[in-house]
Amino acid sequence: MNTIITSKILITVLIPMITGLLVMVSGKKPNLRDSWSTLGAILTFVSVLSFLPVIQGGDQLQCTLFELYPGVAVKLNLDPLGVIFALVASFLWILASLYCVGYMRGLDEHAQTRFYVCYAVSVGAAMGAAFAGNLFTLYLFYEVVSIFTYPLVMHHQDEEGYAGAKKYIVYLMFTSKAFLLPAMIIVYVLAGTLDFNSASITAGIFPADVDHTMVVIAYLLCLFGFAKAGIMPLHNWLPDAMVAPTPVSALLHAVVVVKVGVFSICRVMLSIFGTNILADTGMGLLTAYFVSFTILTASVIALTKTNLKARLAYSTVSQLSYIVLGVAMLTPNSITGGLVHIANHAFAKITLFFAAGCIFVASGKKDISEMGGLGKRMPFTMVAFGLASLGMIGVPPVGGFVTKWYLALGTIDLHNWILLTVLLVSSLLNAGYFVPVVLKAFFGKPLPADEGLTSSLEGKPLIMFMVVPLVITGALSVLVGVFPNLFLDLINLMVKS
Amino acid sequence: MENYLILNTLNFPILSTLLILPVVGAIVAMFLRSETALKYWGLVVTLITALVSLPLWTNFDQTTAKYQFAELRHWFPALDLEYVIGVDGISVLLVLLTTLVMPLCVLCSWTYIKTRWKEFIIVTLLMETAMIGVFVSMNTVLFYIFWEGMLVPMYLMIAIWGGARKDYASIKFFLYTFTGSIFLLVAIIAMYITTGTFFIPELMDHTYSFTFQVWVFLACAIGFAIKMPMFPFHTWLPAAHVEAPVSGSVILASILLKMGGYGFLRFCLPMAPAATLYFVPLLLVMSLISIIVGGYLALGQTDIKKLIAYSSVGHMGFVTLGIFLLNDAGIKGAMLQMLNHGVTTGALFILIGIIYERTHSREIADNSKLGMFMPIYVTFLGLFSLSSLAFPGTNSFVSEFLVLFGAFDKYPVVAAISILGAILAAAYMLRLLQKMVWDDSDGHAPHGEDGEARKRKLIDCNMREFVQLAFLTVFVFWIGLNPTPLLDIMDSSVAHLLHQIDAGSHLQDAVEQGSGHHAMLENAGTWIKNLF
Repeated sequence: MNTIITSKILITVLIPMITGLLVMVSGKKPNLRDSWSTLGAILTFVSVLSFLPVIQGGDQLQCTLFELYPGVAVKLNLDPLGVIFALVASFLWILASLYCVGYMRGLDEHAQTRFYVCYAVSVGAAMGAAFAGNLFTLYLFYEVVSIFTYPLVMHHQDEEGYAGAKKYIVYLMFTSKAFLLPAMIIVYVLAGTLDFNSASITAGIFPADVDHTMVVIAYLLCLFGFAKAGIMPLHNWLPDAMVAPTPVSALLHAVVVVKVGVFSICRVMLSIFGTNILADTGMGLLTAYFVSFTILTASVIALTKTNLKARLAYSTVSQLSYIVLGVAMLTPNSITGGLVHIANHAFAKITLFFAAGCIFVASGKKDISEMGGLGKRMPFTMVAFGLASLGMIGVPPVGGFVTKWYLALGTIDLHNWILLTVLLVSSLLNAGYFVPVVLKAFFGKPLPADEGLTSSLEGKPLIMFMVVPLVITGALSVLVGVFPNLFLDLINLMVKS
Repeated sequence: MENYLILNTLNFPILSTLLILPVVGAIVAMFLRSETALKYWGLVVTLITALVSLPLWTNFDQTTAKYQFAELRHWFPALDLEYVIGVDGISVLLVLLTTLVMPLCVLCSWTYIKTRWKEFIIVTLLMETAMIGVFVSMNTVLFYIFWEGMLVPMYLMIAIWGGARKDYASIKFFLYTFTGSIFLLVAIIAMYITTGTFFIPELMDHTYSFTFQVWVFLACAIGFAIKMPMFPFHTWLPAAHVEAPVSGSVILASILLKMGGYGFLRFCLPMAPAATLYFVPLLLVMSLISIIVGGYLALGQTDIKKLIAYSSVGHMGFVTLGIFLLNDAGIKGAMLQMLNHGVTTGALFILIGIIYERTHSREIADNSKLGMFMPIYVTFLGLFSLSSLAFPGTNSFVSEFLVLFGAFDKYPVVAAISILGAILAAAYMLRLLQKMVWDDSDGHAPHGEDGEARKRKLIDCNMREFVQLAFLTVFVFWIGLNPTPLLDIMDSSVAHLLHQIDAGSHLQDAVEQGSGHHAMLENAGTWIKNLF
């Protein structure tokens, strides 16, 4: 593996930030403003794509911007893990920016300029987190995501919005100050640097004779510090943050925000602590059991929710923990399963949220009980929804199957029947809360008020802005299951090293 | 005496110029009549002073801990008194902070001060001389003269241009700081009687008995702790801040509070090292209390100025915490924290002044929902609030990180407790920000004002205000992302200071008496560790 020093990787982080600026100055011209968003998204994706061959060749790209103190710098380093996250997030941003146009104009939302600025900067910060080369940089961008998604969560500026946003920022800021900051300082005291070990996922960055007690403390602080990952008991902000407009929920709370949290946990486990020390201290398995609780409990709660977005929110909490579970099992197979779920979950969950938002804009329905017969009026939307839910359940050949396959292999490698049972039970629960929605839409009886209405709801131009992206993401959630090799090969580069 | 100094090699006596320029400016101001002329004259003088101070940055020799740009003249032979001034890595940045902040003080008063501009300019300029004098004096008598000299202009500033309770606040400020100064004077005289010199570096090199050190330390520390201000001597600060005019608040926050930290570093640590070690546990505990009490009280304020004033108590707690960790990261972090607090809190007070001029209220509730009307103002408010809560990438993060790193390295328990202060900082700043920018209390404008009336009143920042804030923004990011030049400037002097403490700490009785406390702290560390 070679590390190539280049300032080119800076571009990927800068494009969304510049997009934010351009959106801000062209706030008075909606068409120009919205084109900037889409253009920025496309350019971001292209820039990530241009780095892909180098990463696939086994090399890494690096760029140090500012050195604050020896071992503490703003430093970008692109490796396979980072490129997976960056690819997924930047690609979905393109579709989301189109979807936003339909949603925000369809509902005639206020303060759209603020919305697009914050949206772009949040994605840019997520790119920064994906590219982060050390813990400080990761922390920096993690916090930028928190701050810039805050106005998005309280976008409606009503009582519910303020309450949700307050909870959101309190959870995220409290955990990052109380846990993440000390964790970072302990890591620095122990290792003398915050730079990731991007060459190996086993070794970590600590010297051999490090005090294991302090390492465990630092690890636990990290695990709880990244509250964006939604691991129970610090998941509570997530359902409340769903008061945000749906495109926010879709991109930010299915892809960017929560994934930054999960990505950060994976990154810290693999590149700071390393699998060796996690295995030696028993922290790996402990984490696995710990997140298993989240997987099961969140699924059960999802069953009880009748509001579609709330159900999706709890499904997100549950699914995110699969990723952490995979990495925490510390076997090559399970790590593969966990990391590939970053992509699989993203495509499927964004489809589900897009569908929920599209249903709301087109028909004004939020509750699952009102959605009877909707499949006939919104066939594309509901088919995409159905495909994505198959992915969440883990039915072959949809993306989620690949995840569960590797996770199951991991549990078998460990001979751990408890975790295998968790996987199976959770899949049943997933089916339990997704299948009824699809069944209701296609075979359920419409509400008395909707009786006899058969006209398509998907025909209007603005609605098309939403339907097209969600059909694409729905199709992709199947494709990543049929052709999983792009992501699997990238993960192999890490796991094999 | 010359061994301690590197005499000034610039082609003009830079430090004396810095001291004289504002005084000359003040004298000329006496003869100016028009208000506009006075305003511009004040601005020009402070700007020239700032320009003149810049060679301190460019020509500073980082490799030595000696006092540079020094000037030495005989002054009062009978008492062996010399006029001796110079700067080292600890004071040079504070001098620069002072000269750079003063033009902003004139600018932010431009429309805020409505009466007695002549007096205002004179007071401001005299204040500048006194503050620079404190940082450059190498002689305790000179130091004390400037130290006391600051008191009167600051008192006048609060008492003449202050708010409704200005009499109470100005008297309280005067009494508190004056009490502290008296103890300081006693220490200065006591040291002169023991050593026969007023020259600070010689006083540092003299080895005093442990008992003497304890008394000197206590006498100085009370003076500096009041100035800082440290809990429980902090109560004058909120009163003074709330009543002071905007420039008074900026001077107080940005420069005056730094004198306490500077005093600790210049007097207590090098002159009474054994006593310092003895008192470390006490001062660490007081710092922790300051951090937590300051943050906690800030959380409950409805007056914006009071909130920022209490946040200063918390921030200054981090400064004393860093200083009394007595390690490299801690002291550098404390030094940097002083500069950062000067930049960030100075900016926050300027922001409060801007909004006060528009709404004539400092209540958060009266200044809510600004996001709609004043986007530029709100952007700056957000930026400096984030800086104040030590957001990564901004200046305060670096200093907080250094102090916490120094603390974790030495006393993990202390560090763990101080994290609480960091959490509180995030809580009160975000609360303030949320309420001022959006406000969730109800859907109506304050006091039932209609939107149009509010819109007329809430005009966004003008060019003059923008320039002040933009200037400070540069420092937020510059220090936040590239603090190395600043840390390098401190390097030799901090190393020298640590060496002085080390050398002085070998007093046998001190080690014996001090060990009890240290063992206690270290035991607490191992005890916590054993829990896991």
